[in-house]
Amino acid sequence: MKLFKNLLKSPSFVFGAGLFLATLLLALLGPLFASVDVNTRVGLAFTPPSGSHWLGTDHLGVDMVSLLIAGLRSSLYVGFLAGTVATLVGTLIGLYGGYKGGWVDDVLTVGTNLFLVIPSLIVLILLSSSIENGRSLTLIALIIGCTTWTWSARAVRAQASSLRGRDHVALARINGYGTLGIVLFHIMPYLLSYIFMVFILQTATGILSEASISMLGLGPYDSISLGKILNEAIRNEALSDGAWWAFAPAMVLITVIVFALYIINTSLEGVFNPRLRK
Amino acid sequence: MLKNHPTLKHILGRTGWYFVTFLVAITINFILPRLGDANPVDTLIAKSSVGGADKANVTAKEEAYLKEFHLAEVDDNGKVKRDAQGKPIRTTLLSQFFNYIGMSLRGDLGSSILQHPKRVSEIIKTALPWTLALQLPTIVFGWLLGNVLGALAAYKRGAFDKIVYPLTLLVSAIPAFCFGILLVYFFGIRLEWFPAVGGYDDGLTPEFSAQFIASASYYYILPFLSVFLIVVGGQAIGMRSMCIYELGTDYVKYAKLLGVKESKILFYMFRNAMLPQLTGLALALGTMVGGALITEIIFSYPGLGMAVLTAIQGNDYPLITGCTLLVTVTVLVANFSVDILVGFLDPRIRAAQQTGK
Repeated sequence: MKLFKNLLKSPSFVFGAGLFLATLLLALLGPLFASVDVNTRVGLAFTPPSGSHWLGTDHLGVDMVSLLIAGLRSSLYVGFLAGTVATLVGTLIGLYGGYKGGWVDDVLTVGTNLFLVIPSLIVLILLSSSIENGRSLTLIALIIGCTTWTWSARAVRAQASSLRGRDHVALARINGYGTLGIVLFHIMPYLLSYIFMVFILQTATGILSEASISMLGLGPYDSISLGKILNEAIRNEALSDGAWWAFAPAMVLITVIVFALYIINTSLEGVFNPRLRK
Repeated sequence: MLKNHPTLKHILGRTGWYFVTFLVAITINFILPRLGDANPVDTLIAKSSVGGADKANVTAKEEAYLKEFHLAEVDDNGKVKRDAQGKPIRTTLLSQFFNYIGMSLRGDLGSSILQHPKRVSEIIKTALPWTLALQLPTIVFGWLLGNVLGALAAYKRGAFDKIVYPLTLLVSAIPAFCFGILLVYFFGIRLEWFPAVGGYDDGLTPEFSAQFIASASYYYILPFLSVFLIVVGGQAIGMRSMCIYELGTDYVKYAKLLGVKESKILFYMFRNAMLPQLTGLALALGTMVGGALITEIIFSYPGLGMAVLTAIQGNDYPLITGCTLLVTVTVLVANFSVDILVGFLDPRIRAAQQTGK
């Protein structure tokens, strides 16, 4: 409760969280206020914004507002799912290795560092291009989660290994707790705020990664995402036709979400880590 | 012998580690594309028999392709071995893997499917200079400028920090590709100051002539800026917080009390904060290179990014894996160099080597 009060006192947290909530509400409640229909052509290709279609139409003549709401929903979904997977995998590997130490830690660290050096976009390209049929939104999110966990494992490991020598951990060990019990109940609670920050950054990474591979033409086949809107707009010459409404709003949405998440992360750092507050 | 040469030991250790990483990378490069059921031979035959080819011709072609991609066993006469039903006997995955490694180590990346029988290495050879010319200077100079700006922002605080910091925060929050699209749209299409897409004028062919170089430099400006500014922004943020930390340390306070010149303190601080930044650069390289590849696509810049894009659109697996392997190896080499450099620069690592830790 006190933590929450502290958070609300930080203007940058309120700003970032407000911004993020706004996009979340737009995605959740948008369909209630605007009829989201991404399959019907409502006009000619690249019709400029007008009273009936606030943001004009895309290259097929589909209403852009509908596309954006649908895209925003998918992008947020990918972000959350990929962020959850990456945080889960990274945290488990980091916590376990950091606490265990010894050769287990060595093996996990070498593995993490290995995948940290190999560019995750490359693994993403290889994995997604090998799945030619059935590249669904969920699958893409899972793939992203499985390729971006590395730095969170590294970060969490460093934190966990600093907690390893604490007295309460030794006490728990004497009391007969198993490794899993110690990691989950005696180390993780101290790192919850840290893990939450990792989750926020991983969500941002997930949204950016989806947009990146969609730009490469490896987007989901079953849904519209913000990255796919951009990809379609560029492939269909929206830039040279001057149809800014076909790509600018999607760019603004991606940037706003990522910017909001970054700001939340920086302000959380300030609140959780009082030394930085000055 | 190694005990007396800590630096040599460090270099050898890192070499071994990077060699293992390379092996893992090349294995990933081999296995992942084979997870799907796409098969280059079928794709090629489907492509070549459009319009109806006679059966004998197709079989001959199939035979040639099977041999080329090392997918079927070959007998002593150079003929594809077949089972009782006349189906070619498949090579095992392991044998394909060793064949792949052997070819890759010789620099042979197979032939492209889309532009068959053009070799992948040939396609890469024409694309690589563009990517290197775009990425190397942007990352190196962007990193340097970003660090100088970040250090200044931390040291000067006040007005300078108030302008530079939010600006860099915003720039680094804009995804690289969005920034590229913005630049293309405003400076390439709206204002028409710079060409929006491509690497050089349509009528020219790549050569060492004044005209070509002038044209290529003109086309270079926008893609360069779009990657450069993002790198500067990201690095400045990291350096700023690094330097704020350094400012609180005793040696800076002491130097200030002694009345050491401001520029000298700044230099000491800069030097100390640089090391973590250098390690950070090694870690961020993969992301940076990936971002720059996407930027190439937005600008239709004739580098590796475009090659990957066309390869993906045409399911050209040999070309995809050729490009990804090259990018991975480049990132590994760059990382290795930074690692070795840090070993020389950081007295703590040198000390750790000497005590044998």
